Amino acid sequence: MAIATKGQTGLTGNTAVAYAMKQINPDVFPAYPITPSTAIVEDFAGFVADGAVTSELITVESEHSAMSACIGASAAGARVMTATSAQGLALMWEMLYIASGMRLPIVIANVNRALSAPINIHCDHSDSMGARDSGWIQLYSETVQEAYDNMFMAMRIAEDTNVLLPAMVCFDGFITSHAIENITLVEDADAREFIGQYKPGHSLLNVDNPATYGAMTLQDTYITFKHQQSQAIARAKGVAASVGAEFGKKFGRAYGLFEGYRLEDAEEVIVILNSAAGTTKVAVDELRKQGKKAGVLRPRLFRPFPFEEIAKALSGAKAIACLDRVDSMSGFGGPLFNEVRSALYELDKRPKVMSRIYGLGGRDYKVKDALEVYAELEKTAASGKVETLQKYITL
Amino acid sequence: MEKDDKGRMPAGGIIPRGGTANEYSTGGWRKLRPVLDSARCTNCLICWVMCPDSAVISRDGKMIGFDMEHCKGCGVCAVECPDKVKAIKMEEEAD
Ligand code: SF4
Ligand code: SF4
Repeated sequence: MAIATKGQTGLTGNTAVAYAMKQINPDVFPAYPITPSTAIVEDFAGFVADGAVTSELITVESEHSAMSACIGASAAGARVMTATSAQGLALMWEMLYIASGMRLPIVIANVNRALSAPINIHCDHSDSMGARDSGWIQLYSETVQEAYDNMFMAMRIAEDTNVLLPAMVCFDGFITSHAIENITLVEDADAREFIGQYKPGHSLLNVDNPATYGAMTLQDTYITFKHQQSQAIARAKGVAASVGAEFGKKFGRAYGLFEGYRLEDAEEVIVILNSAAGTTKVAVDELRKQGKKAGVLRPRLFRPFPFEEIAKALSGAKAIACLDRVDSMSGFGGPLFNEVRSALYELDKRPKVMSRIYGLGGRDYKVKDALEVYAELEKTAASGKVETLQKYITL
Repeated sequence: MEKDDKGRMPAGGIIPRGGTANEYSTGGWRKLRPVLDSARCTNCLICWVMCPDSAVISRDGKMIGFDMEHCKGCGVCAVECPDKVKAIKMEEEAD
């Protein structure tokens, strides 16, 4: 632990998230560590060895097995958590859909890392963005503090009886996972009170009231269950908003569905996820000193996607750049660009929107990169024309 | 399938109680139909033991016939019926 100011503790993102998991004390924690989320599993294994938690740590032989064990344990009525990154999340793929389809409120920390090939261990969002349609709730975190706080909120949203879906908390590999930041921890008792007791509706282990999980459904029912699931993830938006507000009341740090930074009167806006939003805010402060109307919108909840709220918040902007730390390989920009641009379609007066892909495989994104994007946005705001719809930056 | 008190299907496709297989009619899968020749049957009940769907009905130690809601026409009973007797014939459902 680093030198801390009063009431604060210096922790890395991984250590802070592992500490949140310790405070949550899940019943089961299947573990298959992978860089850069390894330290979460190491720390948690330490808590288990020290008797600081009562969790059952299951060491498995792959991430596919880790998610399978999560599913089995959750179906048995346990509160379940794990952590992963990149190839690990990719290997869980098949099971991610089964967890969400079976409506199991598993919570995982996904420390964002680039997917191979070429092999790379550093940050981008190709892992979690690849899983964006798997039916999991996705919360993104800019800082260590937010990653820590999101763990508690994710648990509450996932287990809400109007939702009952798995959730992943995403934060940037190495940038957030390994950087030490002074954060405020919540008291164990307050954390426990906030998340409450998990009361599963059914349990595989309840022999007095046996239930079947994962039964086959054919043309007569499959679509009904998918419709229910779709309605449930849509409801997660309202639940996330109220859980974020409640968290603020209790702990003094309120969270919305997205964060707006100097957004109210902004004409040029960068939309960006996770840690790079911090860099962008520094650029905004510089531009504001020059009297320019720059702002940032940082989505926190990406699944479900708060399209109405984001469109409303961006309705006053003239030019917007959506910065994706992942390429959808569609030839048409990244997922953030596509979702945001689509959300804006309903507006009577639509801002101009461009796609910029940055920082893949951990490539640095600096204040000067943000300033360059804002300079382009300014031109577009003045001319009303997008010169280059999509391109890579930080090359 | 069972609905909850609000008339919805149980979330996640969970079947919230046990012993429901009996309510699921698999008879519609059948292409061949077992037909019993009671005159040849010795009531040895080998078919009753061997049927994978518990679709052979026995009462008071006697082979009565087939539960056509669950018999899926696999023909195991006809094969397992002793050679000397061969009291079960499989016939095309279509005939
Ligand atoms: S055909 Fe198969 S399922 Fe039907 S009664 Fe015979 S053994 Fe059972
Ligand atoms: S196996 Fe053949 S003889 Fe034996 S009970 Fe069945 S039908 Fe009758």
